[in-house]
Amino acid sequence: MLEVRHVSKSFRGLRAVRDASFQVPEGAINGLIGPNGAGKTTIFNVIAGVYAPDSGEILLGGRRIDGLRPDQVCAAGVGRTFQIVKPFAGLSVLDNVIVGALHREGSVSAARGRALAILEKLGLAAKRDWPASSLTLPDRKRLEVARALATRPRLLLLDEVMAGLRPTECDQMVQLFRGINRTDGLTILLIEHVMRAVMALAHHIGVLHHGEVIARGMPEEVVRDPAVLECYLGEETDV
Amino acid sequence: MPLDLVLNVAVSGILTGLVYGLMALGLSVIFGVVRVVNFAHGEMMTVAMYAATILFAALKLDPFLAALPVAAAFFAFGYWLQKTLINPFVTRPMHSQFILLLAIAIILVNGLLMIFGPDARNVQVDYQLESFEIGGILIDKARLYAATAALITATALFTFFRFSLTGKAIRACADNYLGAKVVGLNVKHLYALTFGLGSACVAIAGCALSVVLEVTPQLGPAMTLLAFVIVIIGGMGSMAGALLGGVLIGMSEALAGLFIAPSAKSMFSFGLLILVLLFRPQGLLGTRA
Amino acid sequence: MSRSVAGLLALLALLAALPFFVGPYLLSVLTLVLFLAYTGQAWNVMMGFAGQLSLGHSLYVGVGAYAAGALFFHFGIGPWAGVWLAMLLCVALGLAIGFLAFRFRISGVYFALLTIAFAEFTRVGFDHIGWLGGPAGMFLRVAQRDTWDFANFRGPPLMYYYTMLALAVAAFILCAWLLRSRAGYYWQAIREDEEAAQALGINSFRWKMLAVAVSSAMTSVSGVFFAFYYNNLFPEQIFHISRSIEILIGPIVGGVGTLFGPILGAAMVTLLADGLTDALMALGWDIPGFKRVFYGVVLLIVIIFLPRGIWPALARRLGLHA
Repeated sequence: MLEVRHVSKSFRGLRAVRDASFQVPEGAINGLIGPNGAGKTTIFNVIAGVYAPDSGEILLGGRRIDGLRPDQVCAAGVGRTFQIVKPFAGLSVLDNVIVGALHREGSVSAARGRALAILEKLGLAAKRDWPASSLTLPDRKRLEVARALATRPRLLLLDEVMAGLRPTECDQMVQLFRGINRTDGLTILLIEHVMRAVMALAHHIGVLHHGEVIARGMPEEVVRDPAVLECYLGEETDV
Repeated sequence: MPLDLVLNVAVSGILTGLVYGLMALGLSVIFGVVRVVNFAHGEMMTVAMYAATILFAALKLDPFLAALPVAAAFFAFGYWLQKTLINPFVTRPMHSQFILLLAIAIILVNGLLMIFGPDARNVQVDYQLESFEIGGILIDKARLYAATAALITATALFTFFRFSLTGKAIRACADNYLGAKVVGLNVKHLYALTFGLGSACVAIAGCALSVVLEVTPQLGPAMTLLAFVIVIIGGMGSMAGALLGGVLIGMSEALAGLFIAPSAKSMFSFGLLILVLLFRPQGLLGTRA
Repeated sequence: MSRSVAGLLALLALLAALPFFVGPYLLSVLTLVLFLAYTGQAWNVMMGFAGQLSLGHSLYVGVGAYAAGALFFHFGIGPWAGVWLAMLLCVALGLAIGFLAFRFRISGVYFALLTIAFAEFTRVGFDHIGWLGGPAGMFLRVAQRDTWDFANFRGPPLMYYYTMLALAVAAFILCAWLLRSRAGYYWQAIREDEEAAQALGINSFRWKMLAVAVSSAMTSVSGVFFAFYYNNLFPEQIFHISRSIEILIGPIVGGVGTLFGPILGAAMVTLLADGLTDALMALGWDIPGFKRVFYGVVLLIVIIFLPRGIWPALARRLGLHA
């Protein structure tokens, strides 16, 4: 589904991503982990069209999407959430999701129907007329996911969606994503620090450090890889 | 068109431009630090001009001397304004800030209209019609003094920001609001101080300008726009840019008035503003935010 | 029928019946209120819906007025044809400004300054266009003021009042429809968070341009009305920044982004200002500048204490949906 080939991105001399390559098969849930500043959100932003890569290509379902505008990338089938949630604060919860649903639905009433269904799925239906600004953080995260799902994406990019959630809330989200992945076949790529979620969800993990992919594989292997441990914890020294 | 006429007009424009530059400097400092769009800037300067005319009429006080008490009063007013009225708006959306200062501007302009009426006033000092002759060019004494006052004030301000502890603290606030607070700087006070300084600049510019221009209440909005044009062309946040922009605008307006038509002067400035906004929004000396 | 709709219909009936109870002066004030309500509604599309602050809307009033005015003055062509030219020119102008601004990523205060610059540039420019009368102005012939001549838009003040009422109602219905449509949702999304909106597939450039086009088209009609109502056009007056400010005071005081806000705001501010001026004149005080100081004070109070405008708070009290 998603192919990232030799993508590099620098900002005024700072190399945020260097020569990163990985694939996400259709219907898979893959994780992207790494210490802060490793370049994970930058990769997301490049995939989502916020930046164009300096070099390399990004393919979605075989079609190149690098260099497209964010709205064009969404049209190609990519949905995304933001690390710091961005609700439409002045609109109601329902209206937030309707905005997303309008992407694929032809009329406002059809979009409304779809939005309500998604809110049900995410447990936000009771709060649909609340202003988005009045939601708690976990609910805002759910709203962000609901909005992105409303655009009927083929690939969903989740940027640290578990951050700030309690373990029970985290588990609920994990169940939700597992469910959507199973029933709708939605491909998911997630950036996460919360290992509980990564281990439970991801079929496959890539590790980013200083902009480079330094390890990849099944979660259990990657977590034991000495190179990965080193980038998180530092080198082993004899004391 | 005889060359010495052109040169006279150009020099005159440059000198006036320096005073415009001082006014714009106040705006640049305020926007650069407090990030508030002072849409009442020109109106404040007009108030200063009126103050100068009153002090001259009543006490025969030379505007350049009057500048000191007027600047002090404006400093206090600016400090107070920022601390009480404007501070809550620093975090509000830009259009809210805009409207707040627009409201203040409307009150100032029309307040002046109510008090002084629409007729023009000016200051007629003894040396009003005298000029120096340097190398064949006639330079108005009044204009020269005004430009000198502007330069002195600008230099003083620059020195303050560069070398004094408070000045550095203010620059720190401008660079990093949260960081400044974390380090324990009293940001609210420093913001008010900055607004006060910006207002004092405007006061001095107004007093200086009173010997050069006639003042009417309607000058206020025109000057506000001019200040913004200069700051954008020179570069938001750059002090040297404000002066440079002022000189450029002063000179080009004067020359445009000479070659095209006096009434078309401001068209030129606005045209230039549009071009700068489109092609070099950071201005000549500004840095990309 | 919901309470809001019932209330609106009652208001409409009241406004339709008012001319029979008020004298000519008050009728002219009410016509002005409706004029500002309509133009404020048009301005609101750009600011309240799409979040783009325009401080140069007088540009569209002026260009619209001069377009239709010139056609009438030089060629005898009536306002019904003139309005099409007015709309065309204003939309083209608005799209040009929008294109320059949005392509070059100019927003916020810079965008507002850009709109001012264009209006000011045009103001000074029109002073030099002799064919349009220059600074001395353009005066339109008034054939008669007795019978309702719709074709040339000439008649008694009553005709102008009802025309403006119809326009204000039409604007309200149009904006209500727009707000509930895809455009309304997309505009509000862009206003709230443009980046998030783009991530949901919204081409923000295209939709912002649409907002500008709608707003400028609506405002041009205002200009045409202005030309045939006042019958004299001066660049200094019609393009002046105080005209732009008059237009936005209603929506700001009433409630930016709401449907009823511009109407309420225009009514309150105009009636209060005129009422106060009249009261003062009755006392023998004719003070130039007082009305505007009043505007300033009202703006100040509203922006400090009721930043979202009067209508949202009032609507909540009345149990209505804003």
